[in-house]
Amino acid sequence: MEIVTKSTRNVLQPRLLSLRVNGVPRILEVSPWVSLLDGLRDHLDLTGTKKGCDHGQCGACTVICDGKRILSCLTLAVMKNGSEITTIEGISNGDELHPLQKAFIEHDAFQCGYCTPGQICSAIGMIDEKKAQTRAEVKDSMSGNLCRCGANSNIIDAIMEVKERRNHA
Amino acid sequence: MLDLPQIGQPVSRLEGRAKVTGTAKYAGEYNADGLLYGYVVNSTITRGKIVHIDTNAVKEIEGVIEVFTHENRPSLAWFDMQYSDMDAPPGSPFRPLQNAEIKYNGQPIALIVAETFELARYAASILKVSYQGESFETDLYNHQNEARDPKKGVATLLKPLPPKPKGDFEKAFSDSAAQVSAEFVHGTEHHNPIELFATTTIYEGEGKVTIYDKTQGTINCQLYVGNIFGLHFKNVRVISPYVGGAFGSGLRPQYQLFLSVMAALQLKRSIRVTLDRQQMYTFGHRPPTIQKTRFGADSDGKVNAINHTAIGETSRHEDYTEVVVNWANIIYPAKNTILEYQLLPMDVSSPLDMRAPGGSTASHAIESTMDELAHKMKIDPMQFRLINYADIDVSENRPFSSKELRQCYIQGAEKFGWAERNPEPRSMRRGHKLVGYGMATGFWEAMSIPARAEAVLTREGKLRVSSAVTDIGTGTLTVMTQIAADELGLPLDDVQFCYGDSKMPFAPIQGGSFTLATVGSAIKVAGKALRKKILKKAKEMKNSPLKNASDGDVIFERGGISLKSNPDVLISFREIIVANEDKEIKTTNMSVPNVFKLKNYTRAAHSAAFVEVEIDEELGTIQVKRAVTAVAAGKIINPKTARSQILGGMIWGISKALYEETISDHRYGRYMNQNLGEYHIPSHADVHELDVIFVEEKDEIINELGSKGVGEIGLVAMAPAISNAIFHATGKRINKLPIHFDELL
Amino acid sequence: MHNFNYAQAQNIGEAIEFAKGNESAKFIAGGTNLIDLLKYNITTANMLVDINHVPEHHLIEEKSDGGVRLGAFVTNADTAYHPLIESRYPLLSKAILAGASAQIRNMATNGGNLLQRTRCYYFYDPATPCNKREPGTGCSAIGGYNRIMAVLGTSENCIAVFPSDMCVALAALQAVVNITGPEGDRSMPFADFHRLPGDTPHLDNNLKTDEIIVSIDLPEKGFDKNYSYLKLRDRSSYAFALVSVATGLELENNLIKEARIALGGLAHKPWRVEKAEDFLKDKEPTMSNFASAAEMILFGATGFEHNSFKIELAKRAIVRNCMMALNPESQQPGAQPSL
Repeated sequence: MEIVTKSTRNVLQPRLLSLRVNGVPRILEVSPWVSLLDGLRDHLDLTGTKKGCDHGQCGACTVICDGKRILSCLTLAVMKNGSEITTIEGISNGDELHPLQKAFIEHDAFQCGYCTPGQICSAIGMIDEKKAQTRAEVKDSMSGNLCRCGANSNIIDAIMEVKERRNHA
Repeated sequence: MLDLPQIGQPVSRLEGRAKVTGTAKYAGEYNADGLLYGYVVNSTITRGKIVHIDTNAVKEIEGVIEVFTHENRPSLAWFDMQYSDMDAPPGSPFRPLQNAEIKYNGQPIALIVAETFELARYAASILKVSYQGESFETDLYNHQNEARDPKKGVATLLKPLPPKPKGDFEKAFSDSAAQVSAEFVHGTEHHNPIELFATTTIYEGEGKVTIYDKTQGTINCQLYVGNIFGLHFKNVRVISPYVGGAFGSGLRPQYQLFLSVMAALQLKRSIRVTLDRQQMYTFGHRPPTIQKTRFGADSDGKVNAINHTAIGETSRHEDYTEVVVNWANIIYPAKNTILEYQLLPMDVSSPLDMRAPGGSTASHAIESTMDELAHKMKIDPMQFRLINYADIDVSENRPFSSKELRQCYIQGAEKFGWAERNPEPRSMRRGHKLVGYGMATGFWEAMSIPARAEAVLTREGKLRVSSAVTDIGTGTLTVMTQIAADELGLPLDDVQFCYGDSKMPFAPIQGGSFTLATVGSAIKVAGKALRKKILKKAKEMKNSPLKNASDGDVIFERGGISLKSNPDVLISFREIIVANEDKEIKTTNMSVPNVFKLKNYTRAAHSAAFVEVEIDEELGTIQVKRAVTAVAAGKIINPKTARSQILGGMIWGISKALYEETISDHRYGRYMNQNLGEYHIPSHADVHELDVIFVEEKDEIINELGSKGVGEIGLVAMAPAISNAIFHATGKRINKLPIHFDELL
Repeated sequence: MHNFNYAQAQNIGEAIEFAKGNESAKFIAGGTNLIDLLKYNITTANMLVDINHVPEHHLIEEKSDGGVRLGAFVTNADTAYHPLIESRYPLLSKAILAGASAQIRNMATNGGNLLQRTRCYYFYDPATPCNKREPGTGCSAIGGYNRIMAVLGTSENCIAVFPSDMCVALAALQAVVNITGPEGDRSMPFADFHRLPGDTPHLDNNLKTDEIIVSIDLPEKGFDKNYSYLKLRDRSSYAFALVSVATGLELENNLIKEARIALGGLAHKPWRVEKAEDFLKDKEPTMSNFASAAEMILFGATGFEHNSFKIELAKRAIVRNCMMALNPESQQPGAQPSL
């Protein structure tokens, strides 16, 4: 592999992308090698999306991209040009928290809080998918989000409460 | 409205909103103008010397600012002591970039600083390093005969060495009606908080830095940085408002702190150094430990002989120790004991306290041995514990400050349905699955150490309390606010707790479940002092109706001070502040545990865990279907956050018993699963029904709050309860953790 | 991670053109494995050709021969939840859902699933020798920690395991892989797609570097009445298989008319033994017949220091999964064992 030096860097010039993040159009100037996660955190200062492993093994970086929960660490910002991204910063309705946010507080569904944005974004995606129904299915479907503090049972309690309320609505 | 005491209320976490909206900022998330990014390069050999690092090719890359190695690092403090920290074991602390010597695989050997994260990472990946390797050893098991006694040091004050042998163990053991001997092994474990270790150093001008660090001790890091870089302590401010889990890994300053500050001072720029997940395996860990037990019991079921020995791994440069073998005789009052703890230095990084260090290691051996002994004697395992119940600590010959372990057994067993257990292994089934019930005892020392706190009655008539302590997710902010609120009878909304900042009053590192007792006591002391000051001001007011009142005559309530004898008399805090020329009233105080009183008591939290496992008979797959942990930990300040702490500990116990281990390849001296994909911690799908009971326990000796911490106790009993349940289900006793399901085939 | 040039191809022809003559170009679709590997510097590329915007191959559709075609760029999740797959190929659906996590399945594509690389510790650690990563350096797994490694079809050069779940079902279903490249289109039976390590462990499969998988064809027979996917691993979800089994049975009058059994987690490719499937033909679906088939499937398996258990475990898993296939409603989330 040739080393990218001052003379060869031009081919790797940053490119302009436009993303819609939390409903707001954002222009981003990044090199191809910037992950969507680092694009959000380092370039747009949206640090609510967390980096826990950077390799798709913990789920902390989960965001909603064009309606689906994905891992922002395993995709490049340039690949998402034109996409609609929702991060943890964009899920409440102004000051009114999203029902999952409220349920997470009520059920004490976090301790250190670091996996929390990913858990909540993942749960939103999961509920929208309408696939997992039983508690066992929800647990399996949420298993891409690790929690090291061991808030697992409170997290699932919070999600089940919101899901069941949705089902009855 | 009646002001209820806040202590004892299940208050939701006060920082909850910040955490669920993504506004809570962690160490690696602070920005600065012209922020630079650092990426660490780690050794790929285990022992030897760096012959050459070719930094030139990397420096060629546009956007790379500097490459720091042992060859160009600034000259720094000379003495080991200056690199020491509050949690440093006896020995020489590891000094990043000290010289060409490689002490362990993964040792940091260079820092690349670049304009962007991606460039720094890229440059780190192409840095060419040549080494001269030397022979090394990382395999504890194959060198047990080389173990030796640990060195003593300041840190071992909190970790007493084992008591001396007592009675005549060998005779008592051989005379015993029933005997059990066994060996227990667990491998290396890593803390793996989900937040990566990170330090953002803001360069504030000559010799002055503000540091956002992932740590369990802001002042610990402040002193470390000040000492090494020769900075005035007042010019080093360490802030750590949110910590994304630590579990012990932040008890000592980690190398990214050193490297970030060094680079910032050298380059006179602000810089962030974030470790990657693989690098999270290149500092502290729970040391692999080999334990041997020999327990003997009389025909009436009384354990009369206990021999418990342990060999723990440590590094070549420090004697990291744990309290492993001291426990058995505190829990079970045998008259004849031999308790030995030894260390075996290996070519690894120094181990580091990891949630329930020592205690969770010990319980595995002690509680599995007890289970086997009960089985041999055909006594119900819980009954066996009750037969051997210690009313006093015979190992030190002193009473417990409080001990409601008996109630833990009784209430836990009742809730779990322990009575339905058929004592015969392999006797309980559900379809094709074997069902097993297991239980174990948990214990954790209830410590407290000195700390300071400031309490301020603000100009608005509200209370502000501060301490340098961190909140690593344990609920510190919430419970400290609750404790403070009750001092002035205020609702939580009128109380602010400031924390996580080294410029605040002294708090020690946050660990060992001693924060509640330590910082909580400091807040109580400061709160009391503030009440005194406020009352004095109130009495001095013109025509004060409290003029003749003493502390016992008044109540702090409804935002002011009222007279017990006449509740209609109420002077509001705001009125008092006005009378104080609109100035706030402030006090800073220190709490010091009463060592002379406390040393007469053994102080510990206790628990009993009951577990049901379901095991597929042909395939071996194991599920912990349900578990109940009953805990006696004194006064529970916040039942909601405390319950979460216990649940978290229980899930750690499941993880320890069945999932987590760092795999070493001793040919390379290297950990092979340095990632969260192959280092397994429980997924949501692995966590089933868990229940927590807090047993009523009054303790008027331990501290002013009557509280024992709950950070570790939930973990201690779980792993042996699971392995005992597996034995009950299958008749197989597997004493190596984690238990892989294929071992049950 | 090295930097790279990046281009979005608007059609397959353009994608092939972008990569032409550039050994170090890589196609990227979901990227869930490629970006992981790039970050670890296991794979390097000077050019990424994004093929997500190619308009074709984004559908799942019925074919005139009665089968179903899976577009290569359809995500794993959309495939698993597609009504045609759920109803006609539930085995494939269950296998996909047993893999990775919901987020990754929302990103990963069908083509990419076939191309994922092993999770061998040593392959992932450039500080250790590995013939797959760096041919000729040696295999660290053989004398190292090999609990997760292969017991079938190994060579003295490599004992890595192919990690896919989806592919185990595709092997059982006898899918066909459709490929396009500079030399034109070609198709390959699934069994021929992945390779055994032999002397060339660096080659996972028979796709050329300038070729692209465009679709996967499923034959008409989907075993929708009697199927099961079972995955045994160190935790219940979000972990790779130590052993997995895909079973499809066709029954008539309580006799097995046709059986398919494929194994994952045991070899460098999904493992099938046609002789064992033939043996089950016209036999009763009993535990003892399945056990005999299991012996035939594991014939020649050789364990290493830490993974010999896989041989017995696989045999038992085959029997169990065949029994589960008789009661397909016994399927559990995460393909955990039941009955």
